[in-house]
Amino acid sequence: MSAPSAVVSPIFGRLSLDALPLHEPILVTTFAAVALGGVALLALLTWFRLWGYLWKEWFTSVDHKKIGIMYMVLGLVMLLRGFADAIMMRLQQALAFNGSEGYLNAHHYDQIFTAHGVIMIFFVAMPLVTGIMNYVVPLQIGARDVSFPFLNNFSFWMTTAGAVLVMMSLFVGEFARTGWLAYPPLSGLAYSPDVGVDYYIWALQIAGVGTTLSGINLIVTIVKLRAPGMTMMRMPVFTWTSLCTNVLIVASFPVLTAVLTLLSLDRYVGTNFFTNDFGGNPMMYVNLIWIWGHPEVYILILPLFGVFSEVTSTFSGKRLFGYTSMVYATVVITILSYLVWLHHFFTMGSGASVNSFFGITTMVISIPTGAKLFNWLFTMYRGRIRFELPMMWTVAFMLTFVVGGMTGVLLAVPPADFVLHNSLFLIAHFHNVIIGGVLFGLFAAINYWFPKAFGFKLDVFWGKVSFWCWVVGFWMAFMPLYILGLMGVTRRMRVFDDPSLQIWFVVAGVGAVVIAIGIAAMLIQFVVSFMRREALRDVDGDPWNGRTLEWSTSSPPPEYNFAFTPIIHDLDAWHDMKRRGHERPVAGFRPIHMPKNTGTGVVLSAISLVCGFALVWHIWWLAALSFLAILVTAITHTFNYNRDFHIPAATVAATESERAPALVAAE
Amino acid sequence: MMTNAMATQASPVRFYDTEEHDHPEGGSTMLGFWIYLMSDCLIFAILFACFAVLGGNYAAGPSPADLFELPLVALNTAMLLFSSITYGFAMLSMQAGRPGATRAWLAVTAVFGLAFLSIELYEFAHLIHIGATPQRSAFLSAFFTLVGTHGLHVTFGLIWIVTLIVQVGRRGLIPANQRRLMCLSLFWHFLDVIWIGVFTFVYLMGVLR
Repeated sequence: MSAPSAVVSPIFGRLSLDALPLHEPILVTTFAAVALGGVALLALLTWFRLWGYLWKEWFTSVDHKKIGIMYMVLGLVMLLRGFADAIMMRLQQALAFNGSEGYLNAHHYDQIFTAHGVIMIFFVAMPLVTGIMNYVVPLQIGARDVSFPFLNNFSFWMTTAGAVLVMMSLFVGEFARTGWLAYPPLSGLAYSPDVGVDYYIWALQIAGVGTTLSGINLIVTIVKLRAPGMTMMRMPVFTWTSLCTNVLIVASFPVLTAVLTLLSLDRYVGTNFFTNDFGGNPMMYVNLIWIWGHPEVYILILPLFGVFSEVTSTFSGKRLFGYTSMVYATVVITILSYLVWLHHFFTMGSGASVNSFFGITTMVISIPTGAKLFNWLFTMYRGRIRFELPMMWTVAFMLTFVVGGMTGVLLAVPPADFVLHNSLFLIAHFHNVIIGGVLFGLFAAINYWFPKAFGFKLDVFWGKVSFWCWVVGFWMAFMPLYILGLMGVTRRMRVFDDPSLQIWFVVAGVGAVVIAIGIAAMLIQFVVSFMRREALRDVDGDPWNGRTLEWSTSSPPPEYNFAFTPIIHDLDAWHDMKRRGHERPVAGFRPIHMPKNTGTGVVLSAISLVCGFALVWHIWWLAALSFLAILVTAITHTFNYNRDFHIPAATVAATESERAPALVAAE
Repeated sequence: MMTNAMATQASPVRFYDTEEHDHPEGGSTMLGFWIYLMSDCLIFAILFACFAVLGGNYAAGPSPADLFELPLVALNTAMLLFSSITYGFAMLSMQAGRPGATRAWLAVTAVFGLAFLSIELYEFAHLIHIGATPQRSAFLSAFFTLVGTHGLHVTFGLIWIVTLIVQVGRRGLIPANQRRLMCLSLFWHFLDVIWIGVFTFVYLMGVLR
């Protein structure tokens, strides 16, 4: 527990040996495990001489496919951390009855629920969603890369730097104890003088730079780099939902940046934006952060709506039902998501009229969402449905998400919200839509596009184990929370007085354990699939009989994606090409213009991480120095005009001819 | 969509662009930079909104009428507006393909920008000297943050101008440099637009308040 030290060293700032949480046995054990694992990993990488390969082929790569995969790895690693937090909370709440304090003290418990929320949203869901978009969108629109490949690499590393800063708070100092949105005045200097909130602020600011830039990048990519013939209304639905999501990112993340800057000014400079005195207004913060926060939940779910559309259409063997209405529903949701933020604090006291307005806009969102659901159902109707893993996740999503959506409409009624707000009912609701929607969608996407990315399918048996554990575990873990919420149990409680509640928490805890098995099964699925990769091989690049362009190229695709840019004549472009008997050109290849790899993104993010750490600990000289270094590095980078090269036609021809025997064999 | 497919059925359909040429480099840069500027604009929108909400919370401290000296702000505004005009001249020289003149006008722009910043810093120093610090009231917090953020943008713009003076000197008006000059042009005029908002909303209406 790092008490605010009165002495601030000119060299180390607030940082001292007291900052190491040596008095917390749980953290010491975790640190030992992480350190051992980390050393083992580094040793293995050195032993197999992988550093050069990783640096050249991955870390400095500007290839959207590799960056997409790195995003996925980051998201999955952070999922383990976020889930560790979750299961610790479940255990604490299942134990802390009948006078027992459980096993977590309040100081630690409060950090855990904050870290769980922050990590799951910013460093699990966001990287996974961004990773999928990064990987798939350029392939779906027939492009060779994104518009700004270097920026893409830089964005990824900034997100990673933010994640690293959050992880550092586990072992050096502490994390915020404020809840995942850090409302002032609790998060202000008066009530949170420690480094926790500062870790929160700088981690999100650094990651936010990456998110905003990647949003701009993907918008421009979709607007500018579509293959000839692909009009807006011939874009695959996933590309449409990605476009809307990235518009939301660019139009909402600056709000987060601004509001966190104001909070940091309050904490660092002593301004009075959100303080209780000198004219400050804490409710400003709550309004502003939700003006970002509500679009954020649609940033997370919209791309997955796109995934479900692709999956349903592919595995029903039919064109998507109601494509146009799907596109308009997505656009309507995009716009409406800006008009509902106040439903997060109906109890603030805005008055009946304001609350009614926001209650109604919230309920209106369920209309386009419902339209989407019916479109998926009608796509399945009279289709030849193949219940492969992606389709299973999609069906589980439909059944689960509808329940979450309906409790959402319930919460949108202001009088009901006055009873249910801040209760476990709310917790159950948003986990219902985020797990049942975003996470199930991501698992569908991973199972769907994995063969494209790696050249072999994922193992079905372990995939089904993971699927059933996740679905059953989810229902077990969160239905009790609905019931507890209706009984009036509020969120973020550490101990309970009423012993009759315990059974529900025990059931929820068991559910969390079942989910843990689901996560383990997914990791086993990756390993088993890798071992069986020859049996699971995707030879022709089109393992699911797909309908969109990404399935027209090889699995994994060559670095240039398409030897010749495809010309689009129909919505389901690849289906159209197959139906009308396209001929794959086998000669006449031309040199392909590609961007060069660069390490500048890694360097800039590493310095940003140092700068963030220095700011957290008030090491002013280091903060100033690293900020200067960021500027100098960025400017130096602009002096490099030599950023591209051509892949010679002979290399393209060789790569393409390697594919020919496989295609013949597949036929 | 179906009719479209039917129509193309008649002639042999091309599914691949086999005659493709390299796309001109940087074709997306202007759009990307424009979208970035709009995201930046949102940050300013939030700061303006904060000023709108908190601008009257003096906490028994000084009000705009006590603090702002409009003649000084008018001078300051003139500096920034002049710098926009001179940047326009730099762009005209660029269009005419005259690197020397471009660099000279960029330098003039930088001088005006620097004058703007100096006057702003003088104003800030004066306010802090008489006790109107950012910590004094929510009004002053919002004022310093809004105006300061604009000033910070101008500072980065100046660094960028210097960088481009060097780069145009080294490489001339190659397409990459022309693109950079156009991005900076957007950025610089954008800051002008923001400043007109600041001048009107913070200073003029503040004094009337």
